[in-house]
Amino acid sequence: MATEDTIAAIATPKGVGGIGIIRVSGAKAEEICHLLFRPGKDAGPLKNRYLYHGTIISPETDKGIDEVLISLMRKPHSYTGEDTLEINCHGGPLILETVLNEVIKAGARPALPGEFTRRAFMNNRIDLSQAEAIIDLISVKTDKGLNLALSHLRGDLSKKIGRLRESLIEILAHLETAIDFTDDDIEPVPYAEISGKIENSTQNIREILSTYREGKLYRDGLNVLITGKPNVGKSSLLNRLLGEKRAIVTSVPGTTRDFIEEAINIRGMPVNFIDTAGIRDVNAVVEKEGIGLVWEKAESADIIIVLLDGSAKLAGEDLEVIEGNRGRKIALVVNKSDLPAKLKNRELEKILPCITPLWISAKYGRGMDELKEKIYVLACDNDDDFGSDIVLTNLRHKLALEKSAELLAQAGDTIKKDLSPELPALDIRESLDCLGEIVGITTDEDILNEIFSKFCIGK
Amino acid sequence: MSKEFDVIIVGAGHAGCEAALAAARMGCSALLFNINLDSVALMSCNPAIGGLAKSQLVKEVDALGGEMGKIADRAACHFRLLNRSKGPAVQSTRVQCDKQLYRLAMKAVIERERNLYIRQGLVENVIIEGGKVSGVVDNTGFFYAGKMVIITAGTFLNGLIHVGESQHPAGRAGEIASISLAENLKELGFEVGRLKTGTPPRLRASTIDFSVLERQDSDPDPQPISFTTQKLRKERLPSYFSATTEKTHWLIRDNITKSPLYSGAITGVSAKHCPSLEDKVMRFPDKEKHPVVLEYEGLDTEEVYAKGLGNSLPLELQEYLVHSVSGLEQTEIMRTAYAVEYDFVHPTQLTQTLETKLIKGLYLAGQINGTSGYEEAAAQGIWAGINAALSVQKREPFILDRSEAYMGVMVDDLITRGVEEPYRMFTSRAEYRLILREDNATIRLTGKGHELGLISHDQYSDLQEKMNRIDAGIERLKEKKIYPVPGTNERLTEMKTASIKNPVTLYHLLKRPELSYDDLKALEGWEEIPDRFVKRQIEVEAKYEGYIKRQEESVRKFKTQEGKKIPRDIDYDSVPGLSNILKKKMCTIIPTSIGQAQRIPGMTQAALTALLITIKKMELERAQAGKSEKSLQSQKNTNGAVK
Repeated sequence: MATEDTIAAIATPKGVGGIGIIRVSGAKAEEICHLLFRPGKDAGPLKNRYLYHGTIISPETDKGIDEVLISLMRKPHSYTGEDTLEINCHGGPLILETVLNEVIKAGARPALPGEFTRRAFMNNRIDLSQAEAIIDLISVKTDKGLNLALSHLRGDLSKKIGRLRESLIEILAHLETAIDFTDDDIEPVPYAEISGKIENSTQNIREILSTYREGKLYRDGLNVLITGKPNVGKSSLLNRLLGEKRAIVTSVPGTTRDFIEEAINIRGMPVNFIDTAGIRDVNAVVEKEGIGLVWEKAESADIIIVLLDGSAKLAGEDLEVIEGNRGRKIALVVNKSDLPAKLKNRELEKILPCITPLWISAKYGRGMDELKEKIYVLACDNDDDFGSDIVLTNLRHKLALEKSAELLAQAGDTIKKDLSPELPALDIRESLDCLGEIVGITTDEDILNEIFSKFCIGK
Repeated sequence: MSKEFDVIIVGAGHAGCEAALAAARMGCSALLFNINLDSVALMSCNPAIGGLAKSQLVKEVDALGGEMGKIADRAACHFRLLNRSKGPAVQSTRVQCDKQLYRLAMKAVIERERNLYIRQGLVENVIIEGGKVSGVVDNTGFFYAGKMVIITAGTFLNGLIHVGESQHPAGRAGEIASISLAENLKELGFEVGRLKTGTPPRLRASTIDFSVLERQDSDPDPQPISFTTQKLRKERLPSYFSATTEKTHWLIRDNITKSPLYSGAITGVSAKHCPSLEDKVMRFPDKEKHPVVLEYEGLDTEEVYAKGLGNSLPLELQEYLVHSVSGLEQTEIMRTAYAVEYDFVHPTQLTQTLETKLIKGLYLAGQINGTSGYEEAAAQGIWAGINAALSVQKREPFILDRSEAYMGVMVDDLITRGVEEPYRMFTSRAEYRLILREDNATIRLTGKGHELGLISHDQYSDLQEKMNRIDAGIERLKEKKIYPVPGTNERLTEMKTASIKNPVTLYHLLKRPELSYDDLKALEGWEEIPDRFVKRQIEVEAKYEGYIKRQEESVRKFKTQEGKKIPRDIDYDSVPGLSNILKKKMCTIIPTSIGQAQRIPGMTQAALTALLITIKKMELERAQAGKSEKSLQSQKNTNGAVK
């Protein structure tokens, strides 16, 4: 909550508009601008509140990352009341993320949710009525939001951080005991043993980091399942989306034997499509196996494309498919818009209200752009898994973990040099603070408790 | 005594004496009570002052003009620098004192103080008028008028001594407890808890077989605690090490039900950092032995303090117990070990000055606030004494924060986090301990002591002169370079340190852990510094430089949080999203800053944000009210002009 930190975040919601804005606020905003921004033509010193065209570069490689428009708003005339830099990027979310990463390397830290607004508030950039509105908002939200910081974490990570904290607290307790009690009172744990524990913990953090490095979405991609009754055109659609013929397409139902998984890129986000085998031919052994695999895949899919045949009446099988996926993120797509329509939107509304069907023709490639846009919007829909904060949150976690590992390694070095325990203790304490930031816990009392539970203190 | 005192202090222990002296020396008329004037400044438990994290406190008291360090130096007969092999930030001086010399020396100091009245008496009631203290009444019904009252009652409030199944009211062995005052505090509305402490047996030296024990002598280069001490007494007393045996342990295990700690007779919470022998044996069954340290209680006495043998077992068992320890097979017990339970006032009811929130002018210091230790008591005593005097003189309160002193850490812990078991100082409680060292206590605080009028001008300017020499010494080391030439590298090898490949400054070289300032003697550019203090500061500065910078950075962040004040009139009901538990805590603790609020146990980030926003809203409302008032005013003025 230290207000002097310079903070940065992607300010535009994902999936809306062609450009994305990165906002940087704080004392270092101008310095970061000079470090990363190369103006298109020499414009002299940057003027306040002027739009400049140019390139964001990576200072390490000196290579351009994206063509941008930037503006500098010096305090107090900015949204937050602090020096503010806004970078309008053209690239997709991957580019935005890359630029944000550079901004953070240049000295900013990722903003906490709502932090820009809070700063604006603190710097008197908001009037009383707005303040009251914010208070109301908090009142409504805090009931379920008090534990927001914690629930944002996936259970796994939270548990892992918890275990890490425990091991660091134990290490710190060893060091602190050696400091706060004389050799008459206790037998200190040898440095060699502490050193081993530090190495273990560092290794554990590195492991978490390796699985948690980038936003999950952008690393693993989005899994989209195409499902529908046999011969509805799933493979044709897949081929259209992938741009070339991959699956075998015939009009004989159930001819797609293996499920097919192929990735395309929508706005920088890798999207994997999973095509199901027909549901009908469950008797064939070969296909049974195929089907088993498909269902496993289908279970883990992020988005389900329910494909219907617009040239036929709604069949029992269609309803089965719809019912089987109710409650999930569904894109309702009606194929064969090139043939005379026998399916009515009204009918579908009754079964799946709130979901607007998208009519396409896989055969002629109609509606493909709209479908991709739909997938993207669904992916970015503000929901626990794909919340616009989650990438940011991940980045924050990642940075905290990196810092934590770095401090731990430093403590390890100090111990190897056989220096006095108060020095590695400072590193470990700060390392613990980094972990605490992720789970929102402070440390002090924990350590004394650990000391007294583990060691018999004389006197 | 018909006169009204500025400050009345109830209890002349380690807290009370410092409180009384500070108030009197700041120009207040002060009255100091003790139940028995022969037990002024008594060292009730161990015969030592200082120790890890505690010497930091004593040296801070010293830098503010307090007495504890000076008296300890005068009575000291055994010196040790603890953590000598570790860094200077965690080193601490510990001195063993002659208890009688200590007590008499302190008594002599308070007796010589012109503004200080001393009275033997048992105070029973604090008198309140209009929510404010007006004086105290003793057990004869006599009223003493006072503007401020500081209670430093130690373990005397409802004190109850346990030895086995026997129990009797007492503040300390052989001294009457303070029952009425304890009741009075409860009646006044204070939330009170119960703690337990204890003391080991005192043994007769002539019956101890020292020949089988490991002996530890005083350090050969004794360093005084007080910055002002010029010379130390010559007599030294050794300490001896022994340990409990298997027999000790089974004696305890077989008879554990006879311990009031385990029979349920004691309900007071004991300190985990200072467990009784029963606790050690029961909680750590795998340990084969526990250390026993034997320390003389004075130069002219046979009494020996048996550190490590503290217990509350019945007398016959205590005899067996002592005899089961090697070297003590024939030893006579002179004073039995005992446990004492006493009332304490939950310190979250205090403000940063240690004044109670409930009653203006009433201050509490020492064990009554749930702490343990002479040093913790003295630090609170001087803190309360200074603030009571400042309040009488209508001056700004004196508060040190967590980045300025261990005292500040302790007071903040007490009033913000409260106490569940006796609170002892640890270096690990001080997050900025690399800059809060015993060696720089005087640099940190002497200036403040001078401002308060507790440090003489001479002492202060003497320190400033030393500080100039420290700066000059560092500058010089930074200028002097040595070069990787054969002669220099040979000398470095002789000094048992790595040779150099590039030119380095002497300052840089001094960063090496194995080198002291005087080790650099053989190198060109070195100059002798006779003042040990100056030399030490230069060394510490060089060795800790990077870490000190890191801590200073954290302190800067800490200070901004402390600077965000919470208005006194904030209505916690209007803060959205505060849980009821948190709301209740906030209403008791009444944090003065966002920083302090952050340290309240159970505080969440969401609650803090809500708090910040509510404060901002209050400010905006106030600004708007001010504006409309102004415009109303100007309207009136224009109206007037029109008329």
